[in-house]
Amino acid sequence: MIMVEYALLFIVLAPFVGGLVAGIDRKLTARMQGRVGPPLLQPFYDVGKLFQKEQIVVTPSQHFYILSYLVFIVASGALFFAGGDLLLVIFAFTLAHIFLVLGAYSSYSPYSFIGAERELIQIIAYEPMIILAAVGMYMVTKSFFVWEIMASSLPLILYLPGVFLGFLMVLTIKLRKSPFDLSTSHHAHQEIVKGVTTEFSGPMLARVEIAHWYENVFLLGFIYLFFAWNPVYGIIAIIVAYLLEILIDNTFSRGTWKFTLKSAWIIAGMMGLVNLGVLYYLSGVVPV
Amino acid sequence: MTHLSKSPWILHYDASSCNGCDIEVLACLTPLYDVERFGIINTGNPKHADMLVITGGINEQNRAVVKNLFDQMPDPKVVVAVGICACTGGVFRECYNIAGGVDCIIPVDVYVPGCAARPESIIDGIVRALSVLEEKKAKLVKPERAGSGGER
Repeated sequence: MIMVEYALLFIVLAPFVGGLVAGIDRKLTARMQGRVGPPLLQPFYDVGKLFQKEQIVVTPSQHFYILSYLVFIVASGALFFAGGDLLLVIFAFTLAHIFLVLGAYSSYSPYSFIGAERELIQIIAYEPMIILAAVGMYMVTKSFFVWEIMASSLPLILYLPGVFLGFLMVLTIKLRKSPFDLSTSHHAHQEIVKGVTTEFSGPMLARVEIAHWYENVFLLGFIYLFFAWNPVYGIIAIIVAYLLEILIDNTFSRGTWKFTLKSAWIIAGMMGLVNLGVLYYLSGVVPV
Repeated sequence: MTHLSKSPWILHYDASSCNGCDIEVLACLTPLYDVERFGIINTGNPKHADMLVITGGINEQNRAVVKNLFDQMPDPKVVVAVGICACTGGVFRECYNIAGGVDCIIPVDVYVPGCAARPESIIDGIVRALSVLEEKKAKLVKPERAGSGGER
């Protein structure tokens, strides 16, 4: 059953949750580096400031691409929280990032171009694993609908441990954490200036940031699906996974695109595929 | 006070400094001084920056670069000249290749003297620049377009 009220809740609350998570992230990162760190609400101050800045339009099509990026991220997240079809959610999610890449390609800036290329490589890297996660959930619950997966009493994590670990690896790519923060980063890696966001300024950059908050909340919701049979474990899993991501972010430097692709395809993809193979092989033995 | 002064993002440019002031600017980012406490981030991208922090005097080769960086920054923006060379040209003032302080190319809002400027005085200069940023924002907002950023 599709629940529109959850979709509306997501649209209204996700920016606040996402911004707060980003604030906690920055504070914890600072503490891990022995610094005091910014106030908890710093991400909101940043976005508030960006909306007050002048908007330098490098090319008018940027507006369309960035707005589409935000709209499709919100749409995919809303569809997910409404309990919609997981495959449709993933397709809308990918489309959103294609718009971001097009936005970066629309301006003639070498840094923006390299950022766009790297963003494409990231999409290539994480996409198979996210599809594998959806397929794994289908194999266990016999449904691609999020609300049916949520209603399932089967402990998905026990059936899909490999898929979950693989998903955590590509989550590092999606959250733009080191070592996979190739296209752009929250930190001061200045090798390609700001990569995919180099040519966006003021309110346009604020929209990219808000879209990223929506995206993070959606991805944390995806973790919850693996633990949907027990909400307490679900919340704990989200917290532990995010803390782990912050720790990884602070202990690794930025890797190369080859390292990213190998990690996402060979290691994460293999864990997912082997998991699905075993699940298929045992389908007559374990209650699925 | 608006959000502007709570999250100033800095673009640091070394015009022709001896590197002394640059090291002091970077020292502000270390755990001891930690300017991220005030929401200050070193961006490295003029299109994201609110504040241009320049060290060293302007020489003939980077006149155009400094002007270009300044032009690429979205309004409201401020310029902080860090170190005596950035303020006036310092001991290099008479050199054949030095044009002078930063203010001979672009308008400077805050001067931070010193050789090298100490991290404390750099942070003080940046905090003083925040009020200039607020003033500029107040002038920038036209009555009919209040609340939204301008466009160009």
